[in-house]
Amino acid sequence: MTNHWIDIGNSDCILIMGSNAAENHPVSFKWVTKAMGNGAALISVDPRFTRTSARADIYASLRSGTDIAFLGGMIKYILDNDLIQKEYVVNYTNAPLLINKGFGFNDGLFSGYDASKRAYDKSTWQYQLDANGIPMKDETLQDHTCVYQLLKRHYSRYDLDTVSQITGTPKEDLMKVYEAYAGTGKIGKAGTIMYAMGWTQHTVGTQVIRTMAMIQLLLGNMGVAGGGVNALRGESNVQGSTDHCLLFHILPGYLKTPKASQASLKVYNDESTPRTNDPMSANWWGNYPKYSVSLLKSMYGGNATRENDFGYSWLPKLDDGANYSWLTLFDEMYKGNMKGFFAWGQNPACSGANANKVRKALENLDWMVNVNLFDNETGSFWRGPGKDPSKIKTEVFLLPCAASMEKEGSITNSGRWSQWRYKAVDPPGDARPDSEIMNALYHRLKLLYEAAEKDEVVFPDPIIKLKWDYGDDEHVDIHAVAKEINGYDLTTGKLLPSFGLLKDDGTTSSGNWLYCASYTEKGNMAARRSRYDASGIGLYPEWSWCWPLNRRIIYNRASVDLEGNPWDREHPVIRWNPVTGKWVGDVPDGGWPPMSQRDKTRLPFIMKPEGRARIFGMGLADGPFPEHYEPLECPIEQNPMSSQRINPAVKLWHEPGVGTEMDKAFSCDPRYPIVATTYRVTEHWQTGLMTRNQPWLVEIQPQMFVEMSEELADLRGIKNGEKCLVKSARGEVEAVAIVTKRFKPFVITGVTVHQVGLPWCYGWTTPPDGGDSANLLTPSIGDANTMIPESKAFMVNVEKIG
Amino acid sequence: MKISRRTFFKVSGATAIGVAMGKLGVDLSPVTAYAVDLRKNLKHARETTTICPYCAVGCSAIVHASGGKVINIEGDPDHPISGGSLCSKGSALYQLANNENRIDRVMYRAPYSDKWEYKTWDWALDEIAKRIKATRDATFTEENEKGQVVNRTTGIASVGSAALDNEECWLYQKFLRSIGLVYIEHQARI
Repeated sequence: MTNHWIDIGNSDCILIMGSNAAENHPVSFKWVTKAMGNGAALISVDPRFTRTSARADIYASLRSGTDIAFLGGMIKYILDNDLIQKEYVVNYTNAPLLINKGFGFNDGLFSGYDASKRAYDKSTWQYQLDANGIPMKDETLQDHTCVYQLLKRHYSRYDLDTVSQITGTPKEDLMKVYEAYAGTGKIGKAGTIMYAMGWTQHTVGTQVIRTMAMIQLLLGNMGVAGGGVNALRGESNVQGSTDHCLLFHILPGYLKTPKASQASLKVYNDESTPRTNDPMSANWWGNYPKYSVSLLKSMYGGNATRENDFGYSWLPKLDDGANYSWLTLFDEMYKGNMKGFFAWGQNPACSGANANKVRKALENLDWMVNVNLFDNETGSFWRGPGKDPSKIKTEVFLLPCAASMEKEGSITNSGRWSQWRYKAVDPPGDARPDSEIMNALYHRLKLLYEAAEKDEVVFPDPIIKLKWDYGDDEHVDIHAVAKEINGYDLTTGKLLPSFGLLKDDGTTSSGNWLYCASYTEKGNMAARRSRYDASGIGLYPEWSWCWPLNRRIIYNRASVDLEGNPWDREHPVIRWNPVTGKWVGDVPDGGWPPMSQRDKTRLPFIMKPEGRARIFGMGLADGPFPEHYEPLECPIEQNPMSSQRINPAVKLWHEPGVGTEMDKAFSCDPRYPIVATTYRVTEHWQTGLMTRNQPWLVEIQPQMFVEMSEELADLRGIKNGEKCLVKSARGEVEAVAIVTKRFKPFVITGVTVHQVGLPWCYGWTTPPDGGDSANLLTPSIGDANTMIPESKAFMVNVEKIG
Repeated sequence: MKISRRTFFKVSGATAIGVAMGKLGVDLSPVTAYAVDLRKNLKHARETTTICPYCAVGCSAIVHASGGKVINIEGDPDHPISGGSLCSKGSALYQLANNENRIDRVMYRAPYSDKWEYKTWDWALDEIAKRIKATRDATFTEENEKGQVVNRTTGIASVGSAALDNEECWLYQKFLRSIGLVYIEHQARI
């Protein structure tokens, strides 16, 4: 979230789309209803009339996977009616900047497309630069190569008729949503978006979110109270685990994993550090080497020296252009190229798309370490449905760990608040905190490498030279770890109070620069519990701690006009005090004076070298403007927007020589005529492993179901409560039919299309007769930018059993 | 009247008889007895705060422990976001702490076996360390096909976890990268 949970209460208009917050983030709704009590409008856009929809002022349905068309129509509405917050758009976004004259778009493809690589050469997706190397601009927004004009041209095609043909949304409902939301472009009004996996799990997921970010910029809703782009993250610490980068492509603090071509730290830093000639740009990532060297010092301590490039060669390198993400990982495992596997606090046999492939892939391992609170479908895959243990070699070590109230540490919520929690009791029996399991494993492994003869080990340095000093080989001082993450001034041994003090010369350490200031000489900031709040907008600056630097609303220098006065006088995030020459309110995105002081100021979007938020996004893999493409599996042969049916920049796992025989996909196939999506229920969490093992919760939500419209139930001769079989190209799952008015058939390009929905919170281990995972049905295909699998839109059939 | 949890018990205690004999004809006496016992026990319990382990709203809860057992978990009214509220999952946290399905011993499944065996930590940690070393050393790549230094292990992969604490995430990525892993993924990818 750019903003935070309490801040939703400051909004004038809340769009909930790609999420069902009332069901899946129930307590967030406290702030939604608070805003509504102050007159805010709630809009719910969802294929199904959900619990969120039931509270909404406006509900609009749409077919799964058509969000870009829906939102593209909103951009056209905003531009046609000139509802943009113009001063904001001209000064804070790249709308006035001029784009290379070679840039173009034709019939679904942007300039630079290479069909053989399914990828773009992005050389025309760049700014026109002046003699000083600074992007050229036209603040009147009239130049036909400026971003604003290109945007207008691109979305002119998203008229109401075409959008409605794609999404299945009645035109009057589209208009209601567009009018209500576009009203937040007025100065002093704020609109916010609450989205979740309903937006990310698509082949165009990143671009759905970008479309909304562009709307927020056009309406001046970024940086302000009650605005922002707010991802409702689904796991208690998925924000923190992402910040600490348990992902192949990034190192803690969103630094880049080094590439094979980057042979030295200097090359790595040079290629990772953006540059600008614009004196108005803060270009915050210009500090990159300070953060990367401080990270290496935290990894290797005294063994990281200037002479050895601070241990840079010890970090594993990725092949240039290679992708080692989830789908690739399990594809490699399926193909027998993986021998060992850790499934640590995760249950991929139920959570992975195309779960049958995942379950089969696990058979090809030599060994698996599975750390969990409960026995689960991953650790026990060898005794799962259709498996013959006597034919499965994989050894499994199932290690019992502590639950959240049985250990001490911090987790970071969706609003970036790092909150400390305490140990109440010991874990049961032999169960141990995860940190102690990691610690014991590291110590034993290190002993093996130290004891081995030289010719018996391969490259032991990264293991032996690692800094690992948190106690003995049994116990971990978790505060020592938290302090290491914060970082030290290594010349004084003192904890650093700010990442502004980090250096690239090896005299500072910080495991994660974004968390520098979280644990200082003043104490553990995440443990703070003061309810002091003078902000008037619920910032609670002394409750826990928030990255970066306790800034509760990021991009907040865009919440003020050029003089430093808040756009919204009633909900000021920050305000410039001309007498003291300082900002008042939230921690500002840099302390520079307001934009009117042109010689001293900096543009507000400090993480971009141009200092402006990008309406034209040259960094994306699949185009600088979002474009509607159909999901991999869809019900229509022809995309009404262009002759590109699916995203032209996604990797096609089902094509010969790419994936495996298990990566099937059937689009527009009469055997699979029904659109399907997946979701959760309040009582079960993710694959349900933690909640399926709790009697109270199982009693409320006991088993797998498939929800369908009365019309589809009639068509299939299915009655409410009857058992059904749901089939896709990849698998089948039994489910109880829930026939409701919450789904309605769509009319898509003149044809009636049905949609069903299934929860993915069930698995075969427990409860008995509870059913299995909806991910047995979902396809192996990922978003063009993130490779997040498309679990939210695919094609199935539904049959009555018996 | 502002009703805190403690005054709620007083109110509900005072009206318990009326409710039990109320027009619904439901006997609430076992519930009332439970509440009265709980109230007594909570007086002597140790209170710590925790953050709910489910979604990322980050609601706070108060954990009451006595005799090494969690005896109650309820919403934390001081928390600025949740103000004492919890959803159905958060309200059931007691059953996560007190749950007979929790695994409390190290378990091992041997190749081609059809059952779990109990093992000691000592045995398991040594065996896992040996397998990590053997697989890492056998699949370690110092240079790729282009002759570039890559120093990585492609024969081992890891998934997880957004359920770990921040400190554990940092330690875990540090550990995995020290053994050369590049296949490091977790819930954020799906």
